[in-house]
Amino acid sequence: MSASVDDIPEAGGQGRGGPASKRVVVGYGFWIFLLSDIIMFATLFASYAVLAGATAGGPRSQDLFRPGSVALETAFLLASSFVCGMATLAVERRNQRWTQAALLLTGLLGAGFLTLEIREFASLVERGAGPSRSAFLSAFFTLVGCHGLHVTAGLLWLGTMMAQFLAKGFRQNIRHRYLCFSLFWHTLDIIWVAIFNLVYLVGTTPYV
Amino acid sequence: MNRGEDRTPALGSVSPALEQRLQELWEGEGGLKGVLSTVDHKKIGLRYIVTAFVFLLLGGIEALIMRLQLAGPDLRLLGPEQYDQLFSTHGMTMIFLYAGPVLSGFSNYLWPLMLGTRDMAFPRVNALSYWIYLAAGIFVYVGFLGGNGPNDGWFNYVPYANRDYSPGMGEDFYALGMVLLGTSTTLGAANFIVTAMRTRAPGMSINRVPILLWGTLTANVANLLVVPAVSLAFFLLWMDRQFGTHFFDVRAGGQPLLWQHLFWIFGHPWVYAIVLPAMAFVSDGLPVFCRRPLVGYPLVALSTVATMILGFGVWVHHMFATGLPALGMSFFSAASIAIVVPSAVAVFSWLATIWHGRPVVTTAFMFFASTIILFVLGGVSGFMTASVPVDWQLTDTYFVVAHLHYVLIGINVFPVVGALYFWFPKMTGRLLDERLGRWNFWLMFIGFNVGFLPMHLTGLLGMPRRVYTYGPDMGWNTLNLVTSIGAFILAVGIVLLLVNVLKSRRGGAPAGANPWDAHTLEWSIPSPPPPYNFAVIPAVASRHPLWEGYLDEELRSSLDRGLLLDQAKESLGTSPLDALPDMILRMPEDTVAPFVLTIGLGVLFAGLIAKSWGLALVGGIVLTAALVVWLWPRRELREREAVRG
Repeated sequence: MSASVDDIPEAGGQGRGGPASKRVVVGYGFWIFLLSDIIMFATLFASYAVLAGATAGGPRSQDLFRPGSVALETAFLLASSFVCGMATLAVERRNQRWTQAALLLTGLLGAGFLTLEIREFASLVERGAGPSRSAFLSAFFTLVGCHGLHVTAGLLWLGTMMAQFLAKGFRQNIRHRYLCFSLFWHTLDIIWVAIFNLVYLVGTTPYV
Repeated sequence: MNRGEDRTPALGSVSPALEQRLQELWEGEGGLKGVLSTVDHKKIGLRYIVTAFVFLLLGGIEALIMRLQLAGPDLRLLGPEQYDQLFSTHGMTMIFLYAGPVLSGFSNYLWPLMLGTRDMAFPRVNALSYWIYLAAGIFVYVGFLGGNGPNDGWFNYVPYANRDYSPGMGEDFYALGMVLLGTSTTLGAANFIVTAMRTRAPGMSINRVPILLWGTLTANVANLLVVPAVSLAFFLLWMDRQFGTHFFDVRAGGQPLLWQHLFWIFGHPWVYAIVLPAMAFVSDGLPVFCRRPLVGYPLVALSTVATMILGFGVWVHHMFATGLPALGMSFFSAASIAIVVPSAVAVFSWLATIWHGRPVVTTAFMFFASTIILFVLGGVSGFMTASVPVDWQLTDTYFVVAHLHYVLIGINVFPVVGALYFWFPKMTGRLLDERLGRWNFWLMFIGFNVGFLPMHLTGLLGMPRRVYTYGPDMGWNTLNLVTSIGAFILAVGIVLLLVNVLKSRRGGAPAGANPWDAHTLEWSIPSPPPPYNFAVIPAVASRHPLWEGYLDEELRSSLDRGLLLDQAKESLGTSPLDALPDMILRMPEDTVAPFVLTIGLGVLFAGLIAKSWGLALVGGIVLTAALVVWLWPRRELREREAVRG
């Protein structure tokens, strides 16, 4: 059987192969669908902005947030996004070993992020600052929790991507799925940057 | 020989052998399995239309019961609680389950035929959108029929909708049902956008597409941007009601106005989303009967987009009476007045098309032409309420009810019925009866105006909307009786439409491929179209591929000779603006995965409403299993051949 197009690397990184292919309808559709996810987060951000001061006599954000732990969370997620980018390069080179290693590290960093977030939530609930304490905390838990749920779903998806690459190799339709996954993962990163700034940085700025 | 998706397709002509080959590739299974597994856009489109009409009838029956109640003063056919559920369910049904989905249905059916392609970009997602829409409709109606309908109006204001004031399950059914429906709309929107941008026939550049593409594309970009907001708002409301969060609860710092903003930031763009595709029916249908191209195509296309863009900035005009700062209100008031300009562009274009044409008066023409009158009436009353002081007088009176029915019936129902008369021959191969059509039209037109024109006066005389009855000495008796009579005449008109459809579906005059001598691609193929739509992918060289003989004296589009895609279930992908051939799209086979996924989703939502987490888990498992089947790597053609040796 002659070589099929799937065996030809699209771009080897040494100027070969020309520009990346734009012939990806699945990725285009998923990118458009992701917009609706971003709108949902925008709505949550707006709700949080409106309700951030509505503490109903309960704890304020300055009393609750711990910048150190959140900085570590952020570092995990940003690093995870970087390693995910490395995995994309490995996929383009059809390198199974590096692909699997990079994806595993992506997942571990994501899981680290999630562990820290769950610990933060648990400690808040322990201190009587759960989602039903005030409108501020309802909005906080929903916004950050919704992002956390997305990361969880992303981790499950990541696992299936690793299995698919392992079992079926770098077939075109699997690479297209991987493209969708990486779009999803990087989008979560962008949303986290907004959460970090608007929720945690603004929320821990002392009153002047 | 290279037979993969990276080959360059050959050119060829339509031949019986080719049609036979394509028929075998594209024909779906029969029987129940075929019904549940089809991904054919034509079948899905018809299902959307039929389902939406069923909801139109349900909403209509609810309206008639309310009109019986309001026909005279102090009637007690319904109690206040029943009346509340009835008007809320009527609004929800008409706006969410009829007006939006019926347009999705027409566009689903027509787009690939108009664009010269073989299916939507994502046929399985398309099937999923339909099934979820059906599930959402059944979900909210299960609630309503079980005595748990929403009872706070279709915009469901808090604090009425909070648990303290609405302790039953009605609001929960509504809230979760809307989350479910929102999923369907969002998936559908992404599908429409990709279909519009990547699947048009070669040569159909963005300035040669039918106006329906502009209308539906614009509406779906809006859906994509605003539906998630309302889905989320309903989800937050459900959490407030069931899990003790405080988004809208004042006692713990929540904001009732937040609900109104989140709802209307969706609600007003949605109003344009459910009229722009219907206006496009008029823009595409009217010229056919006027025997000339639409006057000012670029202006109509651009004004469609402009209406939508302005439409994002008018939502606060629903909230003028809430005590917002005056400066903010004046911006929204100005935007609401400015939006008249692009809307008027369409009206003048239609008038000019009739004026400069040689109209052939058919039932479809009458429905399209009457849209212009009703649009102007509904537009003017809308324009009046855009002014803040006038709005303070009119808000929550029957004047607003009259306005919104002029807009939604005038620019949705009338053009939709016109579109049915226009495209029914393409869908069934039979023409609708014209004589019955005239009765149908005049009864609907007279009934509608007798019903809703006096309602403006009822509102000016101060009758508030959403009251279950009124006293005899308010001066509203005659007007209400006239409105009720008009409503029943309108209903008779709708019944005649159904009679006509049932009668003509089998017994109507045979239509042939192009009964109206129309100019767009869908009329170049047989009626009803074969499962593969086009035997060869046509190449388009003008806005009017079938009228080139009349207009240009030279046939430039190539309809019988084009790219052959007959080696597998394939279609052509083209570039977004110029529609240059770009790639071969491998189309999916029929699959039950979307149906099973919807069953899982339905069970999941049933679990959520019953707060039965076990049931929700079962639903989640079914959903996941369906997703795995859906994504299971299909065996490539090349591999199959390699196995065979």
